[in-house]
Amino acid sequence: MADRSFLAEMRRNPSLVIGFVLSSLFIVGAVISFIWTPFSVEDVDIANKLRQPDAEHWFGTDHFGRDIFSMILVGARISIAVALIAVGVGMVIGVPLGLAAAANRGSLLDEIIMRGNDLIFAFPSLVIAILITAVFSPTATNAIIAIGIFNIPVFARLSRGAALSLSSREFLLAARVAGKGPVRNSIEHILPNMTNLLIVQGTIQFSLGILAEAGLSYVGLGAQPPTPSWGRMLAESQTMFSFAPHLALFPGLAIILTVLGLNLLGDGLRDFFDPRIRRARQ
Amino acid sequence: MNLLEIKDFSLEIGNTTILNGVNLKLREGQLHGLIGESGSGKSLTSLSVMQLLPSGSETSGSIRFDGREITALGESEMCDLRGNEIGMIFQEPMTALNPLMSIGDQVAETIRIHTPMSPAEAQAKAAKVLARVGLPQDKFPMSRFPHELSGGQRQRVGIAMAVALRPRILIADEPTTALDVATQAQILDLLKQLVEEEGMALLLITHDLAVVADLADEVSIMRHGEVVESGDALPLFTNMQHAYTKQLFSASTHVPTRKSVKPSEDGRLLEVAGLVRAYPKARTSLFSKREVFRAVNGVSFEIHQGENVGLVGESGCGKSTLARAILGLDRVQGGTIRLKDAEISAEKKIGHSQRRAMQVVFQDPYGSFNPRHRVSRLVAEPLHVLPDAPIGKERERLVADTLEEVGLRAEDTEKYIHEFSGGQRQRIAIARALIIRPSLIILDEAVSALDVSIRAQILDLLADLSDRLTLSYLFISHDLSVVRAVTDRVLVMQQGVIVEQGNTEELFSAPEHPYTRQLISAAPDLNLAVERRQHSELRRN
Amino acid sequence: MLRFALKRLVSLALSLFVASVVVFTVIEIIPGDPAAFMLGINAEPDAVEALREKMGLNDGKVQRYLSWVTGLLQGDFGTSYTYRVPVSELVAERIVVSLPLALFALFLSTLIALPAGVFAASKRGQAGDYSVIGMTQLGIAIPNFWFAMILVLIFAITLRWFSAGGFPGWDAGFFEAMKALLLPAIALALPQASILTRVMRTALLDTLTEDYVRTARAKGLTRRQTLWRHALRNALIPVLTILGLQFSFLLAGAIIIENVFFLPGLGRLVFQGITQRDLIVVESVVMLLVFAVIIVTFLVDIAYAWVDPRLRQKA
Repeated sequence: MADRSFLAEMRRNPSLVIGFVLSSLFIVGAVISFIWTPFSVEDVDIANKLRQPDAEHWFGTDHFGRDIFSMILVGARISIAVALIAVGVGMVIGVPLGLAAAANRGSLLDEIIMRGNDLIFAFPSLVIAILITAVFSPTATNAIIAIGIFNIPVFARLSRGAALSLSSREFLLAARVAGKGPVRNSIEHILPNMTNLLIVQGTIQFSLGILAEAGLSYVGLGAQPPTPSWGRMLAESQTMFSFAPHLALFPGLAIILTVLGLNLLGDGLRDFFDPRIRRARQ
Repeated sequence: MNLLEIKDFSLEIGNTTILNGVNLKLREGQLHGLIGESGSGKSLTSLSVMQLLPSGSETSGSIRFDGREITALGESEMCDLRGNEIGMIFQEPMTALNPLMSIGDQVAETIRIHTPMSPAEAQAKAAKVLARVGLPQDKFPMSRFPHELSGGQRQRVGIAMAVALRPRILIADEPTTALDVATQAQILDLLKQLVEEEGMALLLITHDLAVVADLADEVSIMRHGEVVESGDALPLFTNMQHAYTKQLFSASTHVPTRKSVKPSEDGRLLEVAGLVRAYPKARTSLFSKREVFRAVNGVSFEIHQGENVGLVGESGCGKSTLARAILGLDRVQGGTIRLKDAEISAEKKIGHSQRRAMQVVFQDPYGSFNPRHRVSRLVAEPLHVLPDAPIGKERERLVADTLEEVGLRAEDTEKYIHEFSGGQRQRIAIARALIIRPSLIILDEAVSALDVSIRAQILDLLADLSDRLTLSYLFISHDLSVVRAVTDRVLVMQQGVIVEQGNTEELFSAPEHPYTRQLISAAPDLNLAVERRQHSELRRN
Repeated sequence: MLRFALKRLVSLALSLFVASVVVFTVIEIIPGDPAAFMLGINAEPDAVEALREKMGLNDGKVQRYLSWVTGLLQGDFGTSYTYRVPVSELVAERIVVSLPLALFALFLSTLIALPAGVFAASKRGQAGDYSVIGMTQLGIAIPNFWFAMILVLIFAITLRWFSAGGFPGWDAGFFEAMKALLLPAIALALPQASILTRVMRTALLDTLTEDYVRTARAKGLTRRQTLWRHALRNALIPVLTILGLQFSFLLAGAIIIENVFFLPGLGRLVFQGITQRDLIVVESVVMLLVFAVIIVTFLVDIAYAWVDPRLRQKA
């Protein structure tokens, strides 16, 4: 983006710009944490425990004397990875299911896919996580599966609906008259016309995934120690936060700003893609 | 005295000029036809009178109702006028009523907000008004909801709401455009009656000259936000002054010149025999068997090489379903379709040789193209079915040639579809159908969404292509005058059955089936209407 | 209307059946022998075998499923391995905390969201609208358990208006009990209220562009009258959908929030069940949650038909 158009975009669509900046901040933070963090998150330094934020430890230290800023950088990895993979799982499984259901509208396959979706909606991701944890032990993979499963019906419904409304459009009938089959039409005509929808929904599911991951690790069903995660940092802070509120403040802010950024980005993208709004701008 | 007087009225919405110094007069008890093509500003003129303009509108000039300056009135004074002194009905009866409110309540609402009547009195009055517009209580109880009524019946409810308090002006914005011809005739009759018996003035807004030709006392023609010509209806129709009026009139009655084709018995292209297309209906009760609705019920006909066949009927009669079946888009439940002596069915994969013999042009010039592809790719799509489809430069040249054939330029290949107008898009749709040189093109309401002047040009193009390339058309339309103008033979369809077929001129001049007669007599015909009025005028003198 | 309800009832039964099969199967896959777990590592094999027999663990899978489901239908959830009391008793004790909490939160969220949404829509594009939207953006982004911690910090630890956690029980009086649930309910309600406000606003703005709204204006209704008499009821249809979905989030959220406030609800029960591998408790609570969600979906469907006459007939 050139400077001039950046400013122009900022004025027209501030959600997009603020959202983009906020979410990239955390993604970049997560990436940087692989190479460099101010302190190692594994170093226990009891002498320096529960320090208030200062010039050396920007966000203070926890009850083991670990640097909270570093832990938040490293914690971003797991939050972002879990949420992103869960969105991927939801898309990769949900979108083809939705397209297949739409292509065979009213058939048994459609019925099975849609009823299956309804059923999954009856299992909130927390419940799925509980079930999985009951079978296996809690891990980050567990969280990915639990959140990913819940994403499947979201994308299946979205793509089924979009495909159905597109398939009644005359250009798809014309393509069929031109001898193109359902698979080819799905790839050539339907998918490209619903990418906007998928990107916007994907951003929203991404932010919901961050929240869900935080919730799961907060109750101990997500990533396990010593992997730092925002949700568990909050859980660990709970017994101490009456006298060390900074333990809870910074991981909480990290979650809020990431989710806020992604939501703003989603809103901004929706406006950006919406031809009605775009036309009004011109 | 003029009940309504619009003077030098201009309207801008977000720096776009919509109306540019409109002048219009409406006398007490008069029926005034306001005619214009899409984008002429006729609807916004009526919304200006109602002061229901979209936000961001800037207006200048004057609108006087009964001597009062409407543009100077406050919102609460306007609310007192609306529905009370000025009633309005809209185009789309399907969406103009609140789906969650019974029709009785919706009519009674108009009465209750303007009068101190009790709910019971208002209901009783609403019942009278509904009966007045043709929805008597014994057949259409007030507890009905809009979805339980047909389009024509809903439009009657809309009229009842607008006339419940006998407004002095009724504004009707394309009130019959969404309706079938028979229903259209009934609604127009009702409106005319209301004007005559209740002494209301009616501003009837339409794109269709034929609709007002029979009814209007005065006519105004609008174009690009201006009234270009205005005056008493008959003198205006017989002695048009403005070039645009003349153009509109001639386009409305346009008949393309065509070579007449003598169908040969051997050149059979399409044979449809005993075709049935049935859907299961929604269950009426939980355990009852599903009933079957036969949208197409035993249809048989043939199309010969080079012949243009029309298929007419009201909406829901099964004509588009028939088209989809012929195109092999849907499975059929009985009968056969043979194209060039090979069977077509949606179950089996349709051979490319058959696909290339038949193409289609749809109604909606906006929905017919993938918005993400360039014209070159859009037009080339059917080349897919050719075993030896040209590639590279040759393909480009073929696309460019085809575009030129339909009256576009070769440079247009690099553009996207949103850069074209409705008429141009329909040309591109024809180019797409034409590129593989099919023998038959199915035109499903292909000119119905176009303004009359554009429609006339597309009809000319179609006639010319058919003559030059010995193309056959199956021309599906609800508009009888268009079918009459461009086809050799015509099929009349009612409730899934072809009730009459024959040579176009013979069938139109001497229809045999009662349904055909009803259709033809209900269809507005501009020339006939003007002639009729001239006669009655002569008799009066 | 009756036919519509019947039809929904059939699909409700079907969902419950499939859900129960899913839950049962998942628990079946779990490695380990509950009987051995109950008796501890030093148990005699004979004793374990006898207990297996007594618990019906040696029966066929189908038979075990059937006896589990018939048990559920009669309110018999089996016996907890660790507490050695009927699970139904445990659940009954806990559900009187979790369910009122979720309902309280649903009530608060609706109470805040509907007026806020209507307000924002009626002030579209003005400062009032933007501030409501801004607040909802923030409300959606705040994790409810973090918000709960902040509430505790402010109102319990600093201001000392509420206790920081625990539940006195309904015996302590309705108001005492509700007071203990107030902070958790607010924490739960905040994100849902934000979502609902946005849905309400968008739905209302959408219906305000409908043709029948223009018709109503042409009849002489003022903007306000049009909003209240025509747009609002139509806008409630999408709001109902979200409301139904939210209940499942609230119930799941309640499980997490209970942890912050040390409330003796289903959440604490299920997490103890997991750590102690008391699977029959986990199984029962999960089934109960799923059951609640499916019932609410059913109720939302019925409410749809009540609002929308078109659905009453279609069935």
